[in-house]
Amino acid sequence: MHAFNYHKPSTLGDALSLAGKHAEGKVLAGGQSLVQAMKLRLASPTDLIDLSGVKELTGIKVDGSTVTIGAMTRHADVENNADVKKLIPALARLAGGIGDRQVRHMGTIGGSLANSDPAACYPAAVLGLGAIITTNKRKIAADDFFKGLFETALETGELITAVTFPAAKRAGYIKFKNPASRFALVGVFVADTSSGVRVAVTGAASCVFRATAIEKALAARFDPDAVPAGTIKADTLNSDLHGSAEYRAHIITVMAKRAVAQALGK
Amino acid sequence: MNAPLIGARIERKEDYRFLTGAGQYTDDVTLPGQTHAAFVRSPHAHAAIRSINKDKALKAPGVIAVFTGEDLKVGGLPCGWLITDVNGQPMKEPVHPSLAQGKVRHVGDQVAVVIAETQDQAQDAAELLEVDYDVLPAVTDAVKARAKGAPQLHEVAPDNTCYVWAIGDKAAVDAAFSKAAHVTKLDLVNNRLIPNAIEPRAVNGMYSRADDSYTLYVASQNPHVERLLMTAFVLGLPEHKVRVVAPDVGGGFGSKIYLYAEDVVVTWASKQINRPVKWTAERSESFMSDAHGRDHVTTAELAMDKDGKFLGLRVKTTANVGAYLSTFASCVPTILYATLLAGQYTTPVIHCEVTAVFTNTVPVDAYRGAGRPEATYVVERIVEQAAREMKLDPAEIRRRNFIKTFPYQTPVALMYDTGDYEATLSAAIEMAGVSGFAGRKKESEARGKLRGLGYAAYIEACGIAPSNIAGALGARAGLFEAGEVRMHPTGSCTVFTGSHSHGQGHETTFAQVVADRLGLPIENVDIVHGDTSKILFGMGTYGSRSIAVGGTAIYKALDKIIAKGKKIAAHLMEAAETDIEYDRGVFKVAGTDKQKTIGEVSFAAYVPHNYPLDKLEPGLNENAFYDPTNFTFPAGTYICEVEIDPETGVTKIERFTAVDDFGKIINPMIVEGQVHGGLTQGIGQALLEGCKYDQESGQLITGSYMDYCMPRATDVPMYQLETRETPCTHNPLGVKGCGEAGAIGAPAALMNAITDALQPYGINDLPMPASPQTVWKTIQNAKQKKAA
Repeated sequence: MHAFNYHKPSTLGDALSLAGKHAEGKVLAGGQSLVQAMKLRLASPTDLIDLSGVKELTGIKVDGSTVTIGAMTRHADVENNADVKKLIPALARLAGGIGDRQVRHMGTIGGSLANSDPAACYPAAVLGLGAIITTNKRKIAADDFFKGLFETALETGELITAVTFPAAKRAGYIKFKNPASRFALVGVFVADTSSGVRVAVTGAASCVFRATAIEKALAARFDPDAVPAGTIKADTLNSDLHGSAEYRAHIITVMAKRAVAQALGK
Repeated sequence: MNAPLIGARIERKEDYRFLTGAGQYTDDVTLPGQTHAAFVRSPHAHAAIRSINKDKALKAPGVIAVFTGEDLKVGGLPCGWLITDVNGQPMKEPVHPSLAQGKVRHVGDQVAVVIAETQDQAQDAAELLEVDYDVLPAVTDAVKARAKGAPQLHEVAPDNTCYVWAIGDKAAVDAAFSKAAHVTKLDLVNNRLIPNAIEPRAVNGMYSRADDSYTLYVASQNPHVERLLMTAFVLGLPEHKVRVVAPDVGGGFGSKIYLYAEDVVVTWASKQINRPVKWTAERSESFMSDAHGRDHVTTAELAMDKDGKFLGLRVKTTANVGAYLSTFASCVPTILYATLLAGQYTTPVIHCEVTAVFTNTVPVDAYRGAGRPEATYVVERIVEQAAREMKLDPAEIRRRNFIKTFPYQTPVALMYDTGDYEATLSAAIEMAGVSGFAGRKKESEARGKLRGLGYAAYIEACGIAPSNIAGALGARAGLFEAGEVRMHPTGSCTVFTGSHSHGQGHETTFAQVVADRLGLPIENVDIVHGDTSKILFGMGTYGSRSIAVGGTAIYKALDKIIAKGKKIAAHLMEAAETDIEYDRGVFKVAGTDKQKTIGEVSFAAYVPHNYPLDKLEPGLNENAFYDPTNFTFPAGTYICEVEIDPETGVTKIERFTAVDDFGKIINPMIVEGQVHGGLTQGIGQALLEGCKYDQESGQLITGSYMDYCMPRATDVPMYQLETRETPCTHNPLGVKGCGEAGAIGAPAALMNAITDALQPYGINDLPMPASPQTVWKTIQNAKQKKAA
C-alpha cells in the first residue's frame, strides 16, 4: 500500500470540502473494495476521507411503506433491522448474504452503490425495487443511476447520503455465487411492486440491468413457471473462467424462477 | 505407571500457543538492524531482458541496495533427483537462476531484489525499477509445448523436453493387450493446483561479520536440506557456517520443501549489506512463485479378460514441470507416480511412459500426495470405467483383482509389505450405506436431481526409502531420519527430531511415543525440531514420512537409552544386567520386587556418585539415524455420494466415507484431522481448484482468491471415517503415515461419483474441477450429441 493522508470529518459539509480540496483523494465508506485495491497497489489515493464519523449518514428510517437507509449504514445493520425484515424481507436477506460476517460489519450500502461493482448484490435490490438514491445535490431514480462498469450517474463532488426503498408486495433475491470469490456470478432480484413487476440482474453484465422480457411475462402471471427461457441474449453478458455468457444467460432464467418462488414463499 | 499413550486421543500440545497467538513464525522474527526486501518479478510469461535501470529505485527513500542477475551470478538452484531418459541420457537440467540471467520464463520469475529500511519503502522502490523487456511468444500447455514451432524455453532442452522416461515391460504389456477380451481407454487431465499454505513463504537472513557465519530463518519443511542445497550447490558456503531455523511454519503441503530463489538471494544479500534481510511473500506473490502441483495429461488403457480380470495397464503421461526444474520436480511424475500404477490390484504387467516438458509457467513440484494422487486418479478412474463397460459392480471388479497375499511384488518396482484391501472396502461399503443408494437415487430423481456413487481404492507409498535404492534410481540425497533423546537429571526428557512439524502435530504424537515408552507424563517430554544448530541432521517432513521414519529414529534412540539404563539400573540394584527387565519406565530385577524408575536411573547418570564410572560414561543422551528398508503402504477405500442439480450444474457432496489402513495409530484425533484436511484438499482439486493460464499471453488467470477457488467448510460434508489396521512389518511402531491419503484418494472417488450421476447422459469423463459451469456445459454437449 502506498502512503496516504487520513481524514475523519464529523459532518457532511466537512467531508465534501475535504473531498473538494484533494483532487487525487478518495472518500472512504466501508473500505471493502477500496482498501483491497490499495493493498494491491491498484489504487493510490493521496488522501482518504473517512465518512464513518459522519453521523447523519447512518441509520434506517421507516415512513409508511418506504424504508430510507443512510449511505453509511453497514450491511449487518440492514440484515438485522426489524423494520426492514418486516417491510422488505428480501432486502434484509440480500444484505445478509453479502460477503462474510466481517464484510457485512464494515461494508456500507452507499459505498457499494457508488462503486457499482458488476458483481455486487445491492444494485440488484435498488434497481429491482425502484429505489431513489439521494445525494448531497439531488434525488436519482434507480433506473437512471447505474451507467456501466464501475460507473454511475454521480458527478464529481456528489456523495450518496441515503437510499429510499418502496416496499414491494412481494420480492425475492437469489444469488448464484462465483465459486471462488462468492460474489454474484448471477444475482436476480424479482419484485412485484405497486408500479409493476421489476426484475434486476446483477453479476452477469458490465452493470446491473433489468430483464424486461421476464418482467413482462411475470406481470401476466407471477409464477416460477411463467419465467420464459431464452429471453436473455448472451452477447451482452460477461464471460469469464467461472461462467461463459451462455452459462450466465441460462442461469439468469433459473435464478429468476427461484427468486419468484422465494417471493411467493414456495 | 501412566495409562498407555499410544492410541490415545491427546489434545495437541502445540495448540495452546497457536490458538493464543503465541506461535513464532518467520515473519515474527525481527533482528537488530533489520532490513526488508521486495522482489521485482516478471510481468511477462516469456521475455528477453534488454536492460535494467536501477537509478530511480536506488534514489527512492530508504533504499539500501538493488541487486539484479548481473550482481548475483552464482550457480543455479539444483534439482535433487536425476532422471535418465529412455535414450540413456541424463534429463535436461537448464540453469535455474536465483535472479534472471537475461531472460524470464514465467510470470512471477524473479528479476531483481530491492532492499530498504521498511517493507513499504522496498515495495515503493521496486515499482521504480525500470526493466526493458523484449516480449517473446509463450507456451503454458505441456502438450502444445512439444508441438512443432512451439516457443522454446531453454537452448539445452530441444522441444522443451526435460526427459522421456519409462517403466515396465512394454512387450509383455503389448502381448497382454493382444489377448484381451476387452480394453477400456480413458483420456484424463490432472489439473494444476496452487498450494496455498496459510502462512506465505518467508525468509530472514542474517550475516555475522564476527565469525563469518549466517543465520537463516525460513518457512521450510526441511531446514537441513535447505542448508545442504544452498551451501553446497548454490552459494558455495561452508555448511558449518550456516544455521537454518524453520520455526513455527503455517502449512507446507510440499510447497516449502524446496530451495527457492528468494532464500538464496536474501542470504547472499545479507552479507553484501552486512544487515539482516527479511522477505515475506504477499499472497499474490505466492500464487506466482510457490511451486505448483500436478498438471498431467494422460492416456490410460486397461486390458481385461472376459471376467474383468486385469491383464495389463498401459499409461502415457505428459507432465508439465514449468519453466525450471524445482528441487524434486523430476521424481514426482516418475518415481512417485508410475510406481503406484498397480494400485491395490494384481495387474500382472504395466508400462508407463512419461514425458516431462518445460513451459512458461511456475515450476511444478510435489504437492500433498506428489505423484500418488495422479496415479490413483488414473487407476481408480479407469477401474470404475471398466466396471461400467463390463457391467460389473464397481466393488466387485475391485474384489476380483485385489492383491490378497503379502509381501507382493508389483510389476512397477514396489514390494507391498502388508495390507487387507477387502477389509477397508467392505467396511466402507457398510458405512456408506451403499445398499440404500438406489432408494436415495430414486428420491433425488423425484426432485429432478441426479445422484451418483463413486469409489476409490487407493494405495500410497510413504517414507520413501531405502537411501541406497533411491540413490540407484537417481536420488541425490539420503532418505533417512535422525533423532536424539536427552534424559535430564531430574527425569524429564527433550527429544530432537529431524522431522519438521508444520501442522502435523509432531510435538504431541512424538511425545506420546516417547512418554509411553519411558513411562513419563507427556508434559515431561518436549519435542524440538526445525533448527540445524540443535538437531543432528534431518531430511525433514514430506511424503507422509515423519512417524514412520522420524518416529522410528526416535524409537531407535530410545532403544539405546533403555540399553544404557539397564546397565545403570543393574549397578544400582547390584544385579546382573541380563537380569534387568524393562517396561515403560521401570527397570526391575527379574523375579524380585527390586526396581528403579527411569528418573532414578537418569539422576544416577548425571550425578554419578554411585555409578560404574570404570565401565560406563555418565549421562543419558542417545541418538540414532534410521534408514528404512522399504516404503510403507497405507491404503484404503473412499466412497463418495453426490447429488447434482442438472439445471445449474451444482454438485453437492451428500456423503463421503473414508476407511483407511494407516497401520498402528498413535493419536486417532490427529489422524482424523489429517484425513479431514487431505480429503478437503482432494475435494478441492476435483470440485473447486484449478490453476489457469491464458493460452496466448501466458498470464496467470487464477492469480488471487477472486478466481482460484479454495475449499471452504461449507463445500465439504461431515466425513464418515474409520480405520482398519495391518501394522507395517518393517518398522517397530508398525506405523505407515497418514498425511496425504485423503488428497490421494478423494479426487477419483468424487469424479467417479459425478460421472456415475451423469450416466443418464452417457458422460464418462469431464475435466476437474467439476465446477457448476463445467458440469452444466458437459450435460448440454451430451444432450446435443444425442439429439444430432
